[in-house]
Amino acid sequence: MPDVHSLVNEFILKLKKRKVEGSQATARLAAVLLRSVISQQRIGYTNQAGALIDAVKAVGEQLVAANPVEIAVGNIVRRVLHIIRDEDLSLTTAAMAGLNLSAVSDDDDDDTSPDDHPVLSAAAVAAAARSTLRPPSLQSLLEDMPDSAAVPHTSSSGGDSEGKSKSADKNSRSRKLKHDVIEAVNELIQDIDTCHEQIAEQAVEHIHHNEVILTLGSSRTVLQFLCAAREKKRSFRVFVAEGAPRYQGHLLAKELVARGLQTTLITDSAIFAMISRVNMVIVGAHAVMANGGVIAPVGLNMVALAAQRHAVPFVVLAGSHKLCPLYPHNPEVLLNELRSPSELLDFGEFSDCMDFGSGSGSPLLHVVNPAFDYVPPKLVSLFITDTGGHNPSYMYRLIADYYSADDLVLQRKAAPST
Amino acid sequence: MGAQKKSSAAAAARISDDPEELSRVPLQAVLLADSFTTKFRPITLERPKVLLPLANVPMIEYALTWLESAGVEEVFVFCCAHAKQVTNYLQCSQWLSQPNFSVATIESHNSVSAGDALRLIYERNVIHGDFILISGDTLSNMSLNRALQEHKERKKKDSNAVMTMVIKRSKLSPVTQQSRLGTDELFMAIDPDTKQLLYYEENTNHLKGTLSLDKMLLIDNPSITLHNDMQDCFIDICSPEVLSLFTDNFDYQHLRRHFVKGLLVDDIMGYKIYTHEIHSSYAARVDNYRSYDTISKDIIQRWTYPLVPDVLLFGNSATKLEREGIYRATEIVQSRSAQIGPLTVIGNGTRIGNNTKITNSVIGKGCSIGSNVLIEGSYIWDNVTVEDGCQLKHSIVCDGVVIKSGSVLSPGVVLSFKVVVGQNFTVPAYSKVSLLPQPTKQDSDEELEYADNNSDIETSPIAGAHDNLNGELTSDLTDMQSSAAEELGSGGAGYIWSICEGASEEEWRHSVAPVPAEKLAEISQTIDDDLDFSYQDGNAPASSGELKPGGLSDSDDDDVDANNDSAYFEKEVEATFLRAVHENVKVDHVILEVNSLKLSYNMEFAACAGAIFYSMMKLALGTPYNSSAELYNAVVNVLTSWKRLLKSYLSGKDEEIEIILKFEEMCSELAKELSPLFTKILCFLYDKDMISEDAILDWESEKNYADESDRVFVKQAEKFLQWLREASEEEEED
Repeated sequence: MPDVHSLVNEFILKLKKRKVEGSQATARLAAVLLRSVISQQRIGYTNQAGALIDAVKAVGEQLVAANPVEIAVGNIVRRVLHIIRDEDLSLTTAAMAGLNLSAVSDDDDDDTSPDDHPVLSAAAVAAAARSTLRPPSLQSLLEDMPDSAAVPHTSSSGGDSEGKSKSADKNSRSRKLKHDVIEAVNELIQDIDTCHEQIAEQAVEHIHHNEVILTLGSSRTVLQFLCAAREKKRSFRVFVAEGAPRYQGHLLAKELVARGLQTTLITDSAIFAMISRVNMVIVGAHAVMANGGVIAPVGLNMVALAAQRHAVPFVVLAGSHKLCPLYPHNPEVLLNELRSPSELLDFGEFSDCMDFGSGSGSPLLHVVNPAFDYVPPKLVSLFITDTGGHNPSYMYRLIADYYSADDLVLQRKAAPST
Repeated sequence: MGAQKKSSAAAAARISDDPEELSRVPLQAVLLADSFTTKFRPITLERPKVLLPLANVPMIEYALTWLESAGVEEVFVFCCAHAKQVTNYLQCSQWLSQPNFSVATIESHNSVSAGDALRLIYERNVIHGDFILISGDTLSNMSLNRALQEHKERKKKDSNAVMTMVIKRSKLSPVTQQSRLGTDELFMAIDPDTKQLLYYEENTNHLKGTLSLDKMLLIDNPSITLHNDMQDCFIDICSPEVLSLFTDNFDYQHLRRHFVKGLLVDDIMGYKIYTHEIHSSYAARVDNYRSYDTISKDIIQRWTYPLVPDVLLFGNSATKLEREGIYRATEIVQSRSAQIGPLTVIGNGTRIGNNTKITNSVIGKGCSIGSNVLIEGSYIWDNVTVEDGCQLKHSIVCDGVVIKSGSVLSPGVVLSFKVVVGQNFTVPAYSKVSLLPQPTKQDSDEELEYADNNSDIETSPIAGAHDNLNGELTSDLTDMQSSAAEELGSGGAGYIWSICEGASEEEWRHSVAPVPAEKLAEISQTIDDDLDFSYQDGNAPASSGELKPGGLSDSDDDDVDANNDSAYFEKEVEATFLRAVHENVKVDHVILEVNSLKLSYNMEFAACAGAIFYSMMKLALGTPYNSSAELYNAVVNVLTSWKRLLKSYLSGKDEEIEIILKFEEMCSELAKELSPLFTKILCFLYDKDMISEDAILDWESEKNYADESDRVFVKQAEKFLQWLREASEEEEED
């Protein structure tokens, strides 16, 4: 097993050099990396969760700084942090339940713990209640119960062995915590892997017979979504806007045709002309913000406006790793990537327009090639994530299930320090 | 990571040239961390060129980053000038500890050219396969895969394809060429099908508009394309043979001027160079101050993406890109009233005062810029202090410079490290200022570079050309420092390097300042003139490709070549003939052999006839004889026995005249013994129908206007000629 540090560095370099791009790929790699960070993190007897959180945060900060545009990486870091907190809480609840039992049995126990118990257990119960929202953690909570409760029972007969038993308990808990966290991260990775299928499963509910679907550029989620509908014997037509300047729409059109879908390729500028014949716009996203706004490939804002003008539903497909708990009010969050102008222009042909050596010393031609658009939430009709369809106004609630409020600052804290 | 050791260890293990060895070699690259030129003086006296910052990042970082991302696994950084600085830099950087990417340094202190460097690398024997050869000031974001694949495929088919050069199209306009990269116009001839490079010429002779092509180019290639719109990216994919070629030709110094041209001219070894054109990716080389300026701007405009300031995070200072191409590091103290204009980079920890205006500039880390300062198109490196009210236009200011209040830097100024400019002092345009005095001659002690352009500075230290204010101080050498101080106003420190007469004309070409309008007008004027000229000529360069090869035969070079060739040819024919005589080879076979010689030397029939006749005479002279009669008999013997051979080359009058001329030449120079027999042998040749009377008469008339000395044999043959004339007259009368 290679050293975690070098793994982290390698991934950071890849992010920096834009060698890995695309939210799914980066999200998955980040999750796998964080899993190995967790598995190799040595944790003491006290405050194990804190140690794990610090380790993950330290790595996460670097990852986010390496390519702040890949919002999915930050999302995954926060998800993992949330998982750690969650597992810790559920373990604490379980332990507390065990301690409560022992405290009841030993009447002469004069520890400070009885004072703490009501407070702690209240918190633990609240946490347990919260974690019921997520079935896996509830499950693990139930599984843990007999195991961790058994330890204090056996050792509670001798009063002086209380401390020892606690440490033994903690030791097992630390291993337990790590194990549970890794399990949960594995589930997260699986979620990322299967998000396309999960989303595609809902395709039949949204695409109906003889409809015309418009999409722009290329997105794997969209491709699988359309194909899933096709496999369920829905017959419909797809308009693909080519998505200048990278023209990934061409590739999408090719793929769709290969799978037997009736496809029409149009230029981006023809969208307004074609939108009146469209029944639904289905697009992918780069990230979904907490307010329901979407960061999407460039050109989508125009599509959304066209759709609104003609009252065509604008549906955004996004795996849960694309849900970002931040609000796009801050320019530091609403990042854009300006790519090379060579995607637009041939440098050789236009080199005379970008001439600094003649005239006033500054050229009259600037070429700007942004990668992303921001689509405000009011233009989005529906989000389809792996958990189902949601309104833009509901996104903040969905996001609250995935992230802890304490972790939102991750990036903001990182930004001024660097 | 002990990388230096590795290179010497690898040198111990000699490799064989087995084809199996070629199966899987890690992709290697040689990065020359020395440009071997003096174009960046005086800055390069104190710091190697590859460590100079380009948009606040040392150039070598760009090169290494690109190599790494292009899939190169092993890089040898060849350091020469300031080798210590380069190795120290690399040791402090992250490059030596990268997984899957090893950087090893090779130090040398006596290499003065790229040729020397490659010879040294060959000696170290560290290159085992195809390698990328770039210099440390090259910047690119191209993907190497296709070029490499093409190179390998060609290599498989033809082992002589030793190099693939990366080229890029640029706008077809010498004005742009000049104003963008400051380089000379480049002409290339490329085979459009195979992409083989056939001709490479930098037009150093500015805008003369003519270039001469070897006619063989046109004869040998069914089609060629001539380009003057290509830009050489100075990225070469080389086979290991390149290194050995440099070793074999120890006089190769310059990669392009000697090596490329050498290979193109040399058709004996048959090594070939191919080109690979890149379209959407970027590649350029910082050759001089002008290209430094242009490439910096290209980086800021993101043509080099992902090698742009906000993506490449060297050190920990995150840089943010704002609208209009303003790159700001995170910790900047900037006055509210300061105006930062478009296309500007501002480094970490810089402070900018009130009402300061900055446009089109790069400001380094930790600078402090006062109030009411105007900075336009300038490159200010790290830790520079600019006091209030200064004006900087199109200048380069190196680390640690202090510019005191009210000073003005005119366009094209270069201030080297730690120079201090005094108060209210105006630094004249295009001047170069350094703390080090200007070297008195082009010595290579301080920096191992060789001067390859005449336009460079020469002689005369701290000359009085720029004496100013208190310039009358000091004649003593020990006071040098104080005199230096006075050169830049009160409280200033530094020498203004003088520019020699001829060079000042050229200064504008390579400076960071925009080309003056009048020069631009001049350039376009000359171009128009050239065009007019070539149209009048009715022979635009493009059409020259369709000319008949024969029409191009009379250049001086060709004549010299032809002379050499014909001498060799004669020798070869003689040897063939003698062998034929001694080994009784059949006449037909001799004819075949001579024909093949004729083809390989590209000779005419006349030359063959002459050569054969010459060899026959030599043979006859070789047989022992006592009197001229015996000699005559010998000649007659040889001539009769080999008559068929000679006849087969005597197809017309021209060949016959050639024989007579040859014979005459022999008689007068080589074999004086033959001279008395001239007429007799001529008669014999006539009798045997080898030479017609027309030919003889033509020969005579050709000689009519020659000197007396040349007419000796005409006189000797006077009688015979007379007889011939009468005979022909008689015939006419009949």
